[in-house]
Amino acid sequence: MKSYILKRLFHSIFVLIGISVVVFIILHLTGDPAALLMPMDATSEQVAQFRKEMGFTDPLLVQYWRFFKGTLHGDFGLSFRHSQPALDLVLERMPATIQLTITAMIIAMIIAVPVGIISAIRRNSILDHIGMTGALLGQSTPVFWLGIMLILVFSVTFQWFPSSGRGTLQHLILPAVTLGMFSMARTARMMRSSMLEVLGQEYMKTARAKGLSPRKVILKHALKNALIPVVTIVGMELGTLLGGAVITETIFAWPGVGRLAVQAIYNRDYPVVQAAVFLLASIFVLVNLIVDILYTYLDPRVKLG
Amino acid sequence: MNFLENAAKTLDFVGEERRVTRGQKVLRKLLENKGAVFGLIMVLGVIFSAIFAPLISPHDPILQDVEKRLLPPWGQVGTDPNYLLGTDHLGRDIVSRLIYGARISIVVSVSAVVFSAFLGTIIGLFSGFYGGKIDSVFMRLADVQLAFPFILLAIAIIAVLGPNLQNIIIVMGITGWVIYARVVRAEVLSLREKEYVMAVRALGGSNGRIIFNHLLPNVVPPVIVIITLEMARMIIMEAALSFLGLGIQPPTPTWGGMLADGRVYLITSWWLATFPGLVIMLVVLGINLLGNWLRDMLDPRLTQL
Repeated sequence: MKSYILKRLFHSIFVLIGISVVVFIILHLTGDPAALLMPMDATSEQVAQFRKEMGFTDPLLVQYWRFFKGTLHGDFGLSFRHSQPALDLVLERMPATIQLTITAMIIAMIIAVPVGIISAIRRNSILDHIGMTGALLGQSTPVFWLGIMLILVFSVTFQWFPSSGRGTLQHLILPAVTLGMFSMARTARMMRSSMLEVLGQEYMKTARAKGLSPRKVILKHALKNALIPVVTIVGMELGTLLGGAVITETIFAWPGVGRLAVQAIYNRDYPVVQAAVFLLASIFVLVNLIVDILYTYLDPRVKLG
Repeated sequence: MNFLENAAKTLDFVGEERRVTRGQKVLRKLLENKGAVFGLIMVLGVIFSAIFAPLISPHDPILQDVEKRLLPPWGQVGTDPNYLLGTDHLGRDIVSRLIYGARISIVVSVSAVVFSAFLGTIIGLFSGFYGGKIDSVFMRLADVQLAFPFILLAIAIIAVLGPNLQNIIIVMGITGWVIYARVVRAEVLSLREKEYVMAVRALGGSNGRIIFNHLLPNVVPPVIVIITLEMARMIIMEAALSFLGLGIQPPTPTWGGMLADGRVYLITSWWLATFPGLVIMLVVLGINLLGNWLRDMLDPRLTQL
């Protein structure tokens, strides 16, 4: 077990280094970061001056090493627009993104798990058809359109929820539902197929043959086993949610990291872009590391490879 | 006499049954599945619209007409019979723009999917066949890539490189290879130990021959299934990029761009944002249904995708 955790930890560190390389390369894709960073109307002398100041004339490896040392200290440079450390700006917005993502995840799971279970137990019933058609629709709906339609119905027409900003619980509902929809749909379908698989197992027959009530058979025996594969995808779903947050936050003017990153991209504020991308990717790696380690405790059958 | 006639008919019928080709069998199975039929109609409809856009569009999709601004769709007050789904803020016909929008959507997503399928399949074949260092390098690369919120990485790169058709296809293509590589690699890992591979090797067949003549044909079915399911994701991705202003630039009509325009006029003119999203959803739903059917036909093991 210990060696597995160590191996997994080492692996995560490797991925983090890979992430830092990619984040570094983004800025150098055009070959001339100075031209990218300077305003459009800067003279060529100004650009040359800036190039020297920023050390863009050094060999790429030297520059990467400098960038890497910076990230270890949490130093991504100053935001060009806000003249504040880029990392501080990102960290300031982090709680909003975490709040939104976790709420979306909770809404998705609270609805998806029962829908999946009912669909599996009442297979081919009307409930099953409604649930699975809904799931298929949910998986096919673009996040950005869903957000706009929810605003149209619930903010513009009925005026039940505000269409933008953060503050009260009301502000949270629409963005969280928008963000959670895709994961909800995918999890419901997965829960259903996982449950169906468990229901066909021999030990379910045994449980029923013992004379246990149907409710007990399902809740005690089937559900516990059917949930295992669903738990593992929670970590992977988080990646989907963090990515979806970029668009959801933009639509609902939610003051999170995703919106900050998109604005920074439009403003060519690359230190902020780099800090935001690096941090979001790191969170994903960290959560998956934790999920993997927890999983070995949850399901002893898992191969420690 | 009657009996003989009947017998002849029966025999004839059996003969006909035997003559049914494999293609007809597949077609019959397809027609049994209502969802797949709907999917096929959607997919063919979009391809048809994309190819014959100039012939079937009622109006010029780019032509602006100030006097016809924001006309509502049929069934509303103050409609114009020439504009079924109304007009946008520049007086352009929504129907025509939706039809032309299919072009960008199809060209970008098909190119990106083909590119990523090619890249991923080659990497998967080599990774699985040779194993060792090549394998671990590519698989770690896959881990790094999966750690990024895909959309954030894509918009960062496109913002740096500039939003043109070529860049968008390359970025979307590169971000899509992982799933093909993983599935193909897993398949190859089990295939390479099979007797027939040993036999080819014993007969002096080169590695290249084994990979391309004997392993490749076996990984085609799962790759086709992934291609269909990835098409849906790429259509949404292209729309998301256009929605954020990083897709193909105006005045070329794109579904995502129409949605972004419509968002501004949401309170007064709901139809601007509603119809493009509805089209995206229906097309993606169609592709998903067709993809699910294909998966069940070709490779039921891929249910996790």
